[in-house]
Amino acid sequence: MLYLLEQSLNGIQLGMLLFLLAAGLTLIFGIMDFVNLAHGSLYMLGAYFAATFVGLTDSFLAGIALGLVATFFAGIVLEVIAIRPLYGRDHLDHVLGTFGLLIFFNELVRLIWGPAGLTISLPSQMLTAVQVIPGIYYPIYRLVTIGATLTVALLLYILVMRTRVGMLIRAGASNREMVGALGVNIKLLYTLVFGLGAALAGFAGMMQAPLAFVQIGMGENILILAFVVIIIGGIGSIRGAFVAAIIVGLIDTMGRAFLPDLVRTFLSYSAGSSAGPALSSMLIYTLMALVLIFRPEGLFPASSK
Amino acid sequence: MKSWLTPRNAFVTALMIVLALLPVYSALTGNTFMVTLFTRILILAIAAVSLNLIMGFGGMVSFGHAAYLGIGGYVVGILAKEGINSGFVQWPLALVLSGLFALAVGALSLRTRGVYFIMITLAFAQMVYYIANGLDRYGGDDGLTIQRRSDFGGLINLSNRTVFYYLCLVLLMATVYFVWRMVNSRFGLVIQGARSNERRMRAIGFPTFRYKLTCFVIAGVLCGLSGVLLANHTNFISPALMHWTRSGDLIVMAVLGGMGTVFGPVIGAVALLVLEEALPHLMGLASYLATGKEVAAAKEYWQLILGPMMLLIVIYARGGIEGLISGRRRG
Amino acid sequence: MKRLLLASCAIAALAVAPAAAQQKTVKIGFVSTFSGPVAAIGNDMRNSFELALDHHGRKLGGLPVEVIYEDDQVKPEVGVQKVQKLIESDKVDFIVGIIWSNVLLASLKPIIDSKTFTIVTNAGASQLSGEMCSPYVFSTSWNNDQTPQAIGTYMNQKGVKTAFLIGPNYAAGKDMLEGVAATFKGNIVGRELTTWPTQVDFQAELSKARNAKPDAIFAFYPGGPGIQFITQYAQSGLKGQIPLYTAFTIDSLSLPRLKDLGLGIPGAQQWVRDLPNEANKKYVADFRAKHKTDPSFYGSQTYDAVPLLDSVVKAVNGDLTKKDAMRDAARKADFKSVRGNFKFGPNHIPIQNFYLQEAINEGGEFRMKTVATIVENDQDKHFQKCKMPN
Repeated sequence: MLYLLEQSLNGIQLGMLLFLLAAGLTLIFGIMDFVNLAHGSLYMLGAYFAATFVGLTDSFLAGIALGLVATFFAGIVLEVIAIRPLYGRDHLDHVLGTFGLLIFFNELVRLIWGPAGLTISLPSQMLTAVQVIPGIYYPIYRLVTIGATLTVALLLYILVMRTRVGMLIRAGASNREMVGALGVNIKLLYTLVFGLGAALAGFAGMMQAPLAFVQIGMGENILILAFVVIIIGGIGSIRGAFVAAIIVGLIDTMGRAFLPDLVRTFLSYSAGSSAGPALSSMLIYTLMALVLIFRPEGLFPASSK
Repeated sequence: MKSWLTPRNAFVTALMIVLALLPVYSALTGNTFMVTLFTRILILAIAAVSLNLIMGFGGMVSFGHAAYLGIGGYVVGILAKEGINSGFVQWPLALVLSGLFALAVGALSLRTRGVYFIMITLAFAQMVYYIANGLDRYGGDDGLTIQRRSDFGGLINLSNRTVFYYLCLVLLMATVYFVWRMVNSRFGLVIQGARSNERRMRAIGFPTFRYKLTCFVIAGVLCGLSGVLLANHTNFISPALMHWTRSGDLIVMAVLGGMGTVFGPVIGAVALLVLEEALPHLMGLASYLATGKEVAAAKEYWQLILGPMMLLIVIYARGGIEGLISGRRRG
Repeated sequence: MKRLLLASCAIAALAVAPAAAQQKTVKIGFVSTFSGPVAAIGNDMRNSFELALDHHGRKLGGLPVEVIYEDDQVKPEVGVQKVQKLIESDKVDFIVGIIWSNVLLASLKPIIDSKTFTIVTNAGASQLSGEMCSPYVFSTSWNNDQTPQAIGTYMNQKGVKTAFLIGPNYAAGKDMLEGVAATFKGNIVGRELTTWPTQVDFQAELSKARNAKPDAIFAFYPGGPGIQFITQYAQSGLKGQIPLYTAFTIDSLSLPRLKDLGLGIPGAQQWVRDLPNEANKKYVADFRAKHKTDPSFYGSQTYDAVPLLDSVVKAVNGDLTKKDAMRDAARKADFKSVRGNFKFGPNHIPIQNFYLQEAINEGGEFRMKTVATIVENDQDKHFQKCKMPN
């Protein structure tokens, strides 16, 4: 039972990471109707920025803060130069154009930072585990990432639901022309939203960097998972993204934790080891296919257009 | 259309001549790698042509087309591993399974449109990808070496480089011709009509769903054929063949060459893969001559150009290379 | 910026470079990994290979050497393409390198079909030692399961009763876990294989290990993922509770990043930087002078390829068409290896010692140290499956 709880925490932690990525993706998708395959590149850029700044300032927090600012502006520059001409085109053009950007960013990072990748070292007080409830030890840093993401989620909720900008964002999602007609600078709004999405993706990359590895292409596999999350959650819905991210995180972790042993009771040890993780990954895509077939707007449709 | 002597036709003819004479060049210079490289190009061109059939003409943007490469390839690989080398068993089975998979995917996903269609085709392709990853007996993640190519009795020897090259060339030409006949038939016109206005086509009385599904299955079978050839060509298959970025590559080929024209994807496949192979090779050689050792940056360099080039093509030249040559712009 | 400059130079050179002077050279295709989280391994191999060439005056058997480096990106399908290109287009005389077992397995068919003389300097897939052995393929490393077998033996000595095994899900990962299981006499309470090389978050697996309550954990994670594993093992608070035994996870590449985290975790290896023989002293000293750090075992194996090739080219007086004579020369292993002398088994895999090693803090620098010899003249257990065609 304790073990189940511990694995649930792991699942939630993965879900938090997916949420950070999916939130930006779903905002951009919902408001600009734009499919952004380069979102994973911003995740990667964020991690590289943070690794560089942590190295320069010798402070984890300062590195993250500077990295966030850098990713936000990288997103804005990207939007103005490359993304803007693609608004209003069909989704194929988005996929193709941003696929080109994805290739470009991989190579750009290789050119600037070299092919080997970077690491972010955690402050030593983060390198231990604490007892969250009796019997469960959990790494402090992972608790910190969960806390940080929840804070971001709350801020995002306040921004979207309680501020004037948020009102415009919501209005833009449901009726673009109307917001433009009311005299709102829709171009600026789009740029800011894109920058916000970029910063969220970058933040996800930074949070993950000390656990994983800052490397070229690190955003590619997780990007596809983030797409799955926003499809399941309903495009444009941040609440949907939050719930779906936790569902996907839990399925993936539980699959990895329990399926190999389950499969091994039917098959050999090595067949189970290969089939287990494969099956849990498939579960996620099966869930997405089912959602698309039976509830194409996702679990929490953002608006009825 | 009136005159046959257009820049476009001259270009296509020149390309055809180059492709037809390539093994001769290779035999004269002794560089067998050229044949290896171009066999791969021809095979992927078949896949790009098949994707273009649904994407360019039918407006069905499949982001999971590489799955059929994998299905075709794995049927050959698995049967070979189990000791069944006969091409008369391997090939038909691969094509039938590709078709059945396309039928299932199409039946479920053609109800959705736009980005949902893109994502659901991706989802199904990912499932196949993970199935292949889980096949422990057939190498799982590591992939599977195919010890013997498909055996067609005494009919044709696939292990002969030149023979295999020409087989791929003939199959590519047959595919192009078949797709050309198809899109200019009544069937093809319905498909294209459904792309621009599906509701109208339905109102006239065409069961567009069935038409689109048929088209989707045909494309799946053709791409399965490409997978069969690819497995025979590399003597090796792995799940990486079906990674989502491979599906992306196929889309790039189709769009780079020119969507909505039958021959465009062939140009796109040649252009992309020749760039990919030749440019780093040349630059590696140059850096070797210049500094005494190969500079790893050589390969990065061309992709820095390719990425923005794709973006520019999307923004400014939607007809692709084909469109640029014939001076035509789409959409 | 330096890269950009180099690349620009390359373009300029393309325009002005004259055709290379025609001279008989030994052409070597070097396949390794130069990108991604494990690029450090490929660079270390390249540095050692270059150093060995320098030690030989950049000549093998009197002939000048040309090396073409290719990056396999840790992907079998990329590796096999690079190998095909080296064989068919560059027409290399030798292929050297190959870190990964899965890349090796994918590349073996074109290598064997074309009878390209190959020195594998790391990948130790069991198939190469057994049914897929080939007259022209030699290894300067080991079979995958030998090192973990040594660790299994050591775990018995330490009185470990129950163990949890974890490694990546590819050819070598499976071989490694099998290796420990072969010699470890206690009870194996869990085995996990993780996605390679993409999965670097091991939290779910570590939770599982904790839950299984073993006496010890065995892990195999080469390169960057190894650093992640050790770090997360420490983060999860397991370090004080369940001791860790490793193979190919802590080495002189990962130690500078792991620092204190790498101390007190035993591993096994056939070479350690402080082995007391002359060839090794020269190698380590010159490597440190040039690169300011210890070479790794990957480097040592790759270094050995050069004197081996030198003996081979010498034996045929530079006539590289005499493949059978070259094979016979290579079988003698007639050179000073930095691990001390060894013999080749009938399957062209070394028969050699395995040592227990640990990390130490030597005046602020973290280095590997030989602790004891675990097994002497160990031969892999697959050689009988090898039907070497002559």
